[in-house]
Amino acid sequence: MTAVSEAVTSSAVRTREATVRRFALTDMVFRTATRLSAILVLVLLGGVAISLIAGSWEALSKFGFSFLTTESWNPVTENFGALAPIYGTIVTSAIAIIIAVPIGIGIAVFLTELCPRPLRRPIGIAVELLAGIPSIIYGIWGLFVFAPFLQTTVQPFIISLFHGIPGLSSLFAGPPYGIGLLTSSLILAIMVLPFITSITKDVFDTVPAVLKESAYGIGCTTWEVTRRVTIPYTRVGIMGGVMLGLGRALGETMAVTFVIGNAHRISASLFAPGTTISATIANEFTEADGELYTSSLVALGLILFIITFIILALARYMLLRIDSRTGA
Amino acid sequence: MSTAASLHQRRKRKNGVMMALCVIAAGIGLAWLALILGALLYKGLSGVSLSVFTEMTPPPGDAGGLLNAIYGSIVMTIIGIIVGTPIGVLAGTYMAEYGRFSRLTMVVRFINDILLSAPSIIVGLFVYELMVRPMGHFSAIAGAVALSILVIPVVVRTTEDMLNLVPNALREAGTAIGAPRWVVIRSVAYRAALSGIVTGILLAIARISGETAPLLFTALNNQFWSSNLNAPMASLPVTIFQFALSPYEEWQQLAWTGALIITLTVLGLSIFARSLTGRREDR
Repeated sequence: MTAVSEAVTSSAVRTREATVRRFALTDMVFRTATRLSAILVLVLLGGVAISLIAGSWEALSKFGFSFLTTESWNPVTENFGALAPIYGTIVTSAIAIIIAVPIGIGIAVFLTELCPRPLRRPIGIAVELLAGIPSIIYGIWGLFVFAPFLQTTVQPFIISLFHGIPGLSSLFAGPPYGIGLLTSSLILAIMVLPFITSITKDVFDTVPAVLKESAYGIGCTTWEVTRRVTIPYTRVGIMGGVMLGLGRALGETMAVTFVIGNAHRISASLFAPGTTISATIANEFTEADGELYTSSLVALGLILFIITFIILALARYMLLRIDSRTGA
Repeated sequence: MSTAASLHQRRKRKNGVMMALCVIAAGIGLAWLALILGALLYKGLSGVSLSVFTEMTPPPGDAGGLLNAIYGSIVMTIIGIIVGTPIGVLAGTYMAEYGRFSRLTMVVRFINDILLSAPSIIVGLFVYELMVRPMGHFSAIAGAVALSILVIPVVVRTTEDMLNLVPNALREAGTAIGAPRWVVIRSVAYRAALSGIVTGILLAIARISGETAPLLFTALNNQFWSSNLNAPMASLPVTIFQFALSPYEEWQQLAWTGALIITLTVLGLSIFARSLTGRREDR
């Protein structure tokens, strides 16, 4: 009797122990799998950096530092320099940001302060849908609709407006091609607008209501509250959003490729065709013959990777500071 | 008294001007969306016919459709999602469940956020160096891998966020009845966060179905029907790129129609994804 019950108990203990062991094992397997996946994300970024350095090694060792300062880009003589694409990338992104930031902040103010509550969500979603439209759509729209419009109406007007004024006349010198640096900048501005808007709106929402209410309480207008309370309180977050938009603009490929004109030269006029790093890679990579040509294009990619990495890291750092302050 | 009144007037006027500018800014934002969608509908709809979905991409100057491009896009998107989603979900699980406060999680979150907005053409170059160059030829599978690399950060981010929203009391209840950690994660945390994780996957599909740059020199393009994963494959975005920049009217029309198809797909997916988690944002 006792022997039987002991046997039963001990077998129950054994199966229970086995089950616990099996649980521990599967748990460890699952835990390791999740951990390895997390590490894989790091490996991906590391792999990108290593492969770009390896791929661009030939060009970098041949041209050295002068790769960054040479304007010439000649596949026939195999003489490559990155100055024109770097110039185009920085100029188009900078103009895009200058245009998009005030509009983006304006929309954010509208959504947080002025918009009737029932409209808030639909308009917010509509602006975010702009962010979801693939960049090739902006490209085809820019090439067939926007560029001809600029060419026939806006550009001739601006050229005649600034004709004869020193400085401005060379900045806006003709002929009006329609495509070029300024057109690319405008398309980029539309594309980064949703990113800036949604982040600015999010950080505006972190301003404690009591701060704004006390400003209203002493008789401030909506603009004064925005200018003196909301914007100073969220400055770091807005900067983060702007940097994030800048990161997008710098790396944007397809939309720019359609409308920039792909000319490897630096011209003073914003109406002239130019090129950017990503547009050069997209246009020429599959047609590049010869190791040095391909390697030079990968080197361009490496430069873009380094620039965007720094900008995006700064953006995340700034947004992190806002997050930790609100405790979110 | 009169200066105080005029100061008040001036402040009110300034407020009015600035607020009007904000309304105009919002109007500009909405007008762009309307302009782009309007042009797409206008130019794209006139080319929509059955042959778009049943015929191959034509040679220059001929009529035809986009069947092989649509097929290629679907195939590469599906493979990209199948490869990228498990990795993304598992990594997000580690960050929210096992290592919520570990240093590794902080680093991965930072790097993942950078990957999330990294230029997609860089990913194309990476996969070119990783797969196309060693294999010696362009292939659909390389394109799919490039897309999966874009899927991972989106899924990691949403999975982590959604799992972090699951109340700890639920997990504790699971642990209290003796369930091991991974069972709690699988049948409690995943189940509670399911709609959020699905949203992330849908957003990832929306993102990669319009991506062109990473496919340009991985999957390349193909004028003909091909279901061989080891050979170049057509895709809708790359076909649009090629056709839109061509001088042939038939090709340009097909590019517009393809652009309309992509946009409607992407917008539909993101609206659907939002509606899944819509209640949460209402506050």
